Amino acid sequence: MENLFVNISGALRGWFAGIGLPPMAVEAVMALVYLVAILAFVLLNVVYLVYLERKISAYMQQRLGPNRVGPRGLFQTLLDVLKLFGKEDIIPNAADRWVFRLAAILVMVPAIMAFAVVPFGQGMIAVDLNIGIFYFVAVSSTATIAFLMAGWGSNNKWALLGGMRTVAQMVSYELPMVLSLLGVVMLAGSLNMSDIMAAQKTVWFVVLQPVAFLIYLVASTAELNRQPFDLPEGEQELTAGPFTEYSGMRYALFFLAEYTNMIAVSAIAATLFLGGPQGPWLPSWLWFVIKVYVMILIYMWFRWTFPRIRIDHLMAFNWKFLVPLSLANVLITGIGLEIYKWYQVIRW
Amino acid sequence: MSLAEDKFLRTEELTLNLGPQHPSTHGVYRAILTLDGEYVKGMENVIGYLHRGMEKLAEARTYTQFIPYPDRLDYASGMLNELGYVQAVEKLMGVEVPERAEYIRIIMAELQRMASHMVMLGSYALDLGGYTPWMYFFRDREKILDLFEMVSGGRMTLNYMRIGGVADDLPPEFLPRLKQFMAEMPASFEEYDNIVTGNEIFIARTKGVGVFKADQALAYGVTGPNLRAAGVDYDLRKAAPYGIYDRFEFDIPVFENGDCFDRFVIRIEEMKQSLRIIEQAIAALPDGPVKAKVPRVIKPPQGEVYHQIEGSKGCLGYYVVSDGSNKPYRLHIHGPSFINVGALPEMCMDLVLQDVIATIASIDFILGEVDR
Repeated sequence: MENLFVNISGALRGWFAGIGLPPMAVEAVMALVYLVAILAFVLLNVVYLVYLERKISAYMQQRLGPNRVGPRGLFQTLLDVLKLFGKEDIIPNAADRWVFRLAAILVMVPAIMAFAVVPFGQGMIAVDLNIGIFYFVAVSSTATIAFLMAGWGSNNKWALLGGMRTVAQMVSYELPMVLSLLGVVMLAGSLNMSDIMAAQKTVWFVVLQPVAFLIYLVASTAELNRQPFDLPEGEQELTAGPFTEYSGMRYALFFLAEYTNMIAVSAIAATLFLGGPQGPWLPSWLWFVIKVYVMILIYMWFRWTFPRIRIDHLMAFNWKFLVPLSLANVLITGIGLEIYKWYQVIRW
Repeated sequence: MSLAEDKFLRTEELTLNLGPQHPSTHGVYRAILTLDGEYVKGMENVIGYLHRGMEKLAEARTYTQFIPYPDRLDYASGMLNELGYVQAVEKLMGVEVPERAEYIRIIMAELQRMASHMVMLGSYALDLGGYTPWMYFFRDREKILDLFEMVSGGRMTLNYMRIGGVADDLPPEFLPRLKQFMAEMPASFEEYDNIVTGNEIFIARTKGVGVFKADQALAYGVTGPNLRAAGVDYDLRKAAPYGIYDRFEFDIPVFENGDCFDRFVIRIEEMKQSLRIIEQAIAALPDGPVKAKVPRVIKPPQGEVYHQIEGSKGCLGYYVVSDGSNKPYRLHIHGPSFINVGALPEMCMDLVLQDVIATIASIDFILGEVDR
């Protein structure tokens, strides 16, 4: 069980080589296989995350949630997506057509790209970059542009306000998030995902870096635009923020991107703070999924508990509290590392 | 220096149309906002999208036929609206209402006040982005609506009050269910406190927001919980008791800041007082008829009457002019929501858009009553 997916990939690779493809072509085809595998994993999870979210919110609110389509409503979101496919695709006359169209696609791209460096299990990273975390941070921050494009391209005042809020929020919260990751990187001494995983063999970084973990949790919630930081969408204020004018599949893409991002952010949290796919008894990929889902459940728990924060509080909280705190965390981690080094020297 | 004052930076004010189709304008209210960034520099109320000519309709209905109409005024508090109307007609005719009916009316009125406050509190929490508290409030409101369904068959449009009493006696299963509901409420209050009023984000968003001081409130004629949150101790149930309110012991919660937070908490406190009143009413509920002997065709003597009660949103008044026929010559409804909406632009000045949403929710107006 442990090497199930690794073996499948190895077999495929052998088969491609066996039918006489040159090594370069094998690599290219394997990249495609990884992409398809990631897409399948992500989209399947996203569809059922929507279902899970609806069920969880229902239990929190003493309702039943979806329960009509299929056993226990299991096909609800699947059919919702199908329905969205069939919906009329409306582009407002006043919209900037190309920006409007492109935004819906661009929002999905970085969300999927981030998965390239996610270790789904032992030896299950699609591309084991030596700057893994850096890549993740760089790719995920480009999503901001898509939101701004959607807000601007719709040529709608609500959408514009939402787009502006998104940019302000995502750019600001990028900082504490990156700085919190820095603490982990300092401990591991590497930006490579496998190295970071290996560094957590004995103790998870959530124990060594509890403050960084909390900062990451808060900042990533803001990055995801989820409650209590869902100002960009802020249904009660901005109807749907940047997505106000979107309908049909384009709207669904934004919706899917939100959940895809949630999986990505949870996966990074699981890798960097919760020891990645390591754990006893169960196969590593199963451990990874469990940890990711624990993180996702925390995000959902946030969403259904807190009201929405106000925009000026949001900014003040970030710049006056989170950023200084994460800087202090980096400083203290550095001092701690030095002390640890001396301690090692003295002991020898 | 604000952005607009910087002469090197050209800024424009943004005119934003809030409503009538907007998730948090609670119906078909519309406000035209002038925004500087996200700050509100001007606000104009636009109402009338739900105008149904209720007052004119009354002139073509007999006195009894009009009873279901007030249900559609402030559709979150049908019982109270009916109560105000029938009491106005009774005052005009000089009808003596049987004891039991008076007590039933008190129970219904206070239950309705709670239900109405729950709608407000729930949608207020929802407007601030709290989905779960909304469900909690509506879950408890559901129990009240079930009780109403038992006595009247309707949940929101009840048609239960009659001139001279109430339509029907309480069904036997009503009182046990009511007592069960009252026993469950303290736990619910605790829940509300945990999820809303004790929440750091909620407090940060509502404390000191949309402040309306007592003198401003009085100048606008604001009544009800909004006025009491601003520090004026004025409740018609105490100030000018109607029905049998003078027999009950209860407090009028009064706050002093007049901000969004106070307007939220005062309604929770009022619900607790309503429970107290209901408890006393159940204990003192006498036996007997529930309807006075009134003529089949109601023909009040010539004259006019103004009667007001403490509705869930403030002073709800009915002005009835009778020409001696079986239909009112003129009926005017003084809706508290209409008055309270008028104060909104001044409250929202210089707030950010998010606070405007909070303030609109905290006023608790229902468009059915604003437009009539």
